[in-house]
Amino acid sequence: MRISHYSLPLFLLLAHGAQAVEFNTVQPAGSMVAFAYKQMNVPMEGKFGKFSASIAFDPERIQSAQARIEVDLASIDTGFSESDDEVAGKLWFNTKAFPVAQFVSGGVKALGNNRFEALGKLTIKGRVLDVVAPFTFKQEGRVAVFDGTFSLKRLDYAIGEGIWSDLSTVANEIQIKFRITAAAAPAKK
Amino acid sequence: MTPATRYTATAIALHWLTALLIAATFPLGLYMHGLALSPFKLQLVSYHKWLGVTIFLLALARLAWRLGHAPPPLPDTIPAWQQRAAQGLHHLLYVLLLVIPLSGWLMSSAKGVPVVYLGMVQLPDLVGKDKALGEMLEGIHEMLNFGLMGLVGMHVAAALKHHFIDKDTTLLRMLPFGKRGNHEN
Ligand code: HEM
Ligand code: HEM
Repeated sequence: MRISHYSLPLFLLLAHGAQAVEFNTVQPAGSMVAFAYKQMNVPMEGKFGKFSASIAFDPERIQSAQARIEVDLASIDTGFSESDDEVAGKLWFNTKAFPVAQFVSGGVKALGNNRFEALGKLTIKGRVLDVVAPFTFKQEGRVAVFDGTFSLKRLDYAIGEGIWSDLSTVANEIQIKFRITAAAAPAKK
Repeated sequence: MTPATRYTATAIALHWLTALLIAATFPLGLYMHGLALSPFKLQLVSYHKWLGVTIFLLALARLAWRLGHAPPPLPDTIPAWQQRAAQGLHHLLYVLLLVIPLSGWLMSSAKGVPVVYLGMVQLPDLVGKDKALGEMLEGIHEMLNFGLMGLVGMHVAAALKHHFIDKDTTLLRMLPFGKRGNHEN
């Protein structure tokens, strides 16, 4: 193929752009952090109203992927104001002393087929534990959606102490669901 | 063929089982409603729902029974208008035995809490999550329950009046022990 001298610079620009599609501008409107658990074997759901996320993800260069998500625990919405107040309290999140839950990625593994796994540290209520969060990556033009789910054991983080540590009422396993929508911007060099 | 003088064993069993369950479910509802949030309260609310769904199922069984059986005639010393009033009251009681559990189930769905009968069988949500609707249904559930208590009060007063004042067989027809009539099943 013969490239005219007019189109050559454009071609190079496009080629350069395609190489470094890094999704790093989080769009809060398309993002959420939610949870699901069982209470007396009844499936329950809720979400967090406030969180901040910063990510950098280029599917071609996952070794440099980064994610940091901070959830404002007092913004919890369980569907019941009485429960929202209760879980903000000392026995649950103790939001006065520990207002945020934080996830910081330490690496991303490709599982194939647009599936990945984020490995990282999750900090809640002063406890830091390793988590593995599988997620899918869906790109639509300049925007990508990351959808993932992982579960944690609430007692590992002392979430629900005292009378609430009884697991026959509120189960130990809590599913965390997240969706992060991020737009692409040229990679910072 | 002489007409049955008593309710069948099935009808009697269902009647008294329902009465017993309501005697547990109603005060449990009032008690748990006043409790502060705790695992104990969550357990009681679950038990309340299981009891309520059981009452609902028993009411369906009773209606099925009723379709196949006419109730035994009342003593003919009771004036016709009173017999009609009793019938009307029974119909209202049947309606409430279905509608109260339904209002509880609707309330649960609207509040975003599926009903899992006995912790094992998840019932379908009747409506989507809607906070305002949930609160309205809570009020309706409460109101219907006080309506039920009023009607049950009249029902019991009438049964006792017939037994102790009129000294007729109205109550005996519904009691599990006593001389057996025909057509028992
Ligand atoms: C015939 C059966 C039932 C009876 C007699 C009954 C009775 C009651 C009563 C007396 C209350 C307290 C009302 C108040 O003071 O606000 C109550 C509350 C309640 N009932 Fe029922 N109920 C029945 C069935 C059900 C069913 C089937 C469900 C759900 C599946 C249900 C769910 C509830 C809930 C969630 C409340 C608590 C509302 C609250 O405190 O927030 N009930 N019930
Ligand atoms: C929550 C409590 C109760 C409920 C919901 C209830 C409901 C009913 C219903 C729906 C019937 C009609 C049966 C039919 O013909 O299909 C009935 C009949 C009857 N019930 Fe109850 N009942 C309750 C408690 C009681 C109690 C405590 C007594 C006695 C003190 C009683 C005595 C009777 C009698 C005597 C009949 C037969 C009346 C007749 O044939 O006209 N019930 N009940």
